[in-house]
Amino acid sequence: MTKNVKRLKSEQTYAYALISPSVVIVLGIIIAPMLATLVYTMLNNNMLSGHYGEFSGLSFFKEVLTSHEFGSDLFRTLYFTIVSTFIETGLGLAIALLLNEKFPGVGILRCIIIIPWAIPTVVNGSLWKLIFNGQYGVFNALLLNAGLINQYESWLGDPKLAMLMIIIADSWKMTPLAVIFFLAALQGINADTYEAARVDGAGPFRRFYYLTLPYLAPTAMIIIVMRTVEKFKAFDIFYLMTRGGPANATKTLMYSTYLEAFTNLNYSTAAVYAYLTALIVAVLTLIYVRMMKRGELNG
Amino acid sequence: MKKLLSILLVLVLVFSFAACGSTSTETDSDSVELNALFMKQAGYSEEDVTAMTEAFTEETGIKVNLNFVAYEELEAKILTSAETGGYDVILGDCIWPAQFAKAGLVLDVTDRVKELDTDDIFEGAMQSCSYEGKYYGLPWLNDVKYMFVNKAMLEKAGITELPATWDELRADAKILKDKGIVEYPMVGCWSQAECLICDYTCIAGGFGGDFVDADNNPTMNSPENIAALQMMSDMLNEGLVNPKSLEMIEDDVLSTFAAGNAAFAINWTYQYNSMNDEAASSVVGDGVIMPIPGTDKAKSATVNGGMPLMITKGSAHPDEAWQYMTYISSKEVQAKYSANALPMWKSLYTEDSVIEAAGKEVVEASLVQYDYIKNRPMVPYYNELSTFMQTAIQKVLLGQDTAEAALNAIQDKALELAAK
Repeated sequence: MTKNVKRLKSEQTYAYALISPSVVIVLGIIIAPMLATLVYTMLNNNMLSGHYGEFSGLSFFKEVLTSHEFGSDLFRTLYFTIVSTFIETGLGLAIALLLNEKFPGVGILRCIIIIPWAIPTVVNGSLWKLIFNGQYGVFNALLLNAGLINQYESWLGDPKLAMLMIIIADSWKMTPLAVIFFLAALQGINADTYEAARVDGAGPFRRFYYLTLPYLAPTAMIIIVMRTVEKFKAFDIFYLMTRGGPANATKTLMYSTYLEAFTNLNYSTAAVYAYLTALIVAVLTLIYVRMMKRGELNG
Repeated sequence: MKKLLSILLVLVLVFSFAACGSTSTETDSDSVELNALFMKQAGYSEEDVTAMTEAFTEETGIKVNLNFVAYEELEAKILTSAETGGYDVILGDCIWPAQFAKAGLVLDVTDRVKELDTDDIFEGAMQSCSYEGKYYGLPWLNDVKYMFVNKAMLEKAGITELPATWDELRADAKILKDKGIVEYPMVGCWSQAECLICDYTCIAGGFGGDFVDADNNPTMNSPENIAALQMMSDMLNEGLVNPKSLEMIEDDVLSTFAAGNAAFAINWTYQYNSMNDEAASSVVGDGVIMPIPGTDKAKSATVNGGMPLMITKGSAHPDEAWQYMTYISSKEVQAKYSANALPMWKSLYTEDSVIEAAGKEVVEASLVQYDYIKNRPMVPYYNELSTFMQTAIQKVLLGQDTAEAALNAIQDKALELAAK
C-alpha cells in the first residue's frame, strides 16, 4: 500500500516536472498579456487623453459597444468570416472528392493544390492586389478578353466589391487546407461499405449523401471551427489589400483594433476591441465544440 | 534513470529559454553605437543615407546602425520602440510630432534647436517640428506636392498655356477628354490613406480653405473647404478624374502619369525624376512640374510633406543622436545630396551645384510653391481625425454623401477629439 502511494507520488512529481516548462510559457506569453490587456481596458491608457492613467472601469466597453462603428465592423467581420468559410469548406470538399478519385496525374494534382496554402499571406495579399489592379490587373484583362466587361473596373476601389475581392484572395489561399483535411478523411473511408451500398442499388448521389457526408461531418466541423477563429482574427490581408477602404468597406474588428492602437494611440479602446473579438471567438468555439460533442454522441 | 534524464532535459530547455531573453545588448563603453530608423521610399535614397552616415562615422567615430522600412511601417515601429530606446534617432512624418510630444515619446529639443541658424530654414519645416511652442524634432527631408502636367498632351489639344487656376485646369481637362487625347485627364491618390488628405489639403488650400484657425480650432466645414471637395467629386463624376484614383497611392499616380494615362497629377517632388527616367516612363520630356493651381481666393496651395528627425524618449545617447541629426541635415550634406530631395536651407537655393543636381525646373517651381505651404493640423489628435476624414471624404467621392454633410461630420469629430 505505502509502496503504491509512494510510487503514485513520485509519478505525480515527475508529471508536474514535465509540464512545468509549458505552464511557465503559457502563463508568460498567453495569460500574463491577457491580464495586462484586461487592465488596459479598465485603466485609461489612451495616450492622448486628458484622463490618462485614471481608472475608467467599464466605460471603454460601453463606449465601444454603443458606437455605430463597432456594429459596422462586426457586421463586416461576420460577412467576411461566413462567406469565406462557406466557400472554403464547399470548394474544399468538391476538390477533395475529385482528388480522391483514381485517374492519371492525380498525384501531381494533389501536390499542386497545396501550393497556394504554402504561400505566405503577405505574398498572397500583394499578389492579389496586383491581380485586381484597376489599371493593369490580370483580372481585368481576363474579363475584358472574355467579353464580360467593357472596360477595366476598379475592383478594390468599389465599396460593394472590395470585400468580395478579399474573400476571393483569402479563399484561394486557404481552400487547399480544407482540401487536405477532407482528402485525409476520405482516404480513411472503408471501401467495402461503398461496395455494399452499390450492391444494394444506391446511386452515386445517395452514396454521397448517406455515406460520405456523415463520415466527413466531424472533419467539416474541425475545418469550420479553425477557419472561423482564424478569419475573425484576420488582419494582414486587409492591411495589404485595402487598408480598410474604400470608405471603410473592408474595415473589420481586427483592423479597427490596429487603427486604435497604432494610429490613434488609444490603447484602451484597442484592448476593448481585442477583448470583444476574443470573446466572440470564444463563444463561437464553445458552440462548435458542443455541436461536435452532440454529433459524436448521436453518431 | 530515464526520469532523471528527462528532468535534466527539461531543465536544460528552461534555462535555454531564459538565456534567450538575456541576449547581450551592452555596448562597448569606448564607442557609442546609435540605432536609427529611416524610410525606404521617396526623398533621399537608401544609398544616400548610408553614404551620409558613413561619412559621419568616419568623422566622429560614432557608429550608426541604419534601418529602413516602408512609410506605412514607420509609425508602428516608432510607437513600439520609443519608450525603450530601440532606436535613438527616428524619422517621422510632419504630422506626428504633436502626437508624439503629447504622448511623451520623443525628447524636447528646443534648447538644442536654438543653437542652429533657424532663420535660414523654411518656416513651414520648422513649424512642423513644434508643438505648444516647443521643438520636438529637426527638419530633414523637405518636400511639398506639385502639379505635374503632360505638356505634350496639352499641345496636342491646342492648349498653349498651363492652367493657373482650378477652373482653367477643369476646362483644359474637358477639352482633353472631348478630343479623346486621354480618357481620364487627371489622376489623384485618393485611396483611404493619408495621401488623400494631402491632396485635399492642396485643393482646399487653393480654394482659400483651412482646416484649423490660428488657435488650432477646427474650421473643417468652411464654405471654401466644401467648395473644394465638391469640385473633386464633380470632376470624378464628369470623368475628368480617373475613377481608379480611389484605390491609388502616390506610386500609382506616378505610374499612371508615366504610362501616359494622365495629363494632370498632384504628387511629391520624386515624380519629376521618375517621369523622366527612360527605364520606367513613356513620357520622358513631356511632363513639366509647376505650382498647384488656385482660385481667385488663393493663388496656389500645397501641403507640407516634410519629415523631421526626432530623438526617442528612451534613447541612451541623446547627445550623440543630436550630433548625428545635425550632421545629416547640415547645409554641406543637404547640398551634396540635393538630387533626390531639395534642401531645407533657403540659402542653398541660389547655389549652382544644388540647382544643377535638383534640376532648374524643380528649383524654380519650388521657390514659387514654397510661398503657399499649408500644414495639416498640428494637433495631437491629428491621426484619429485623419482616419475619420479619409472615410468621410471617400464617401463623398463615391457619391454616398454630400460634401457639406461630410465636412459637417468631420467638424463635429474634430471638436469631439479636441475636447477629449
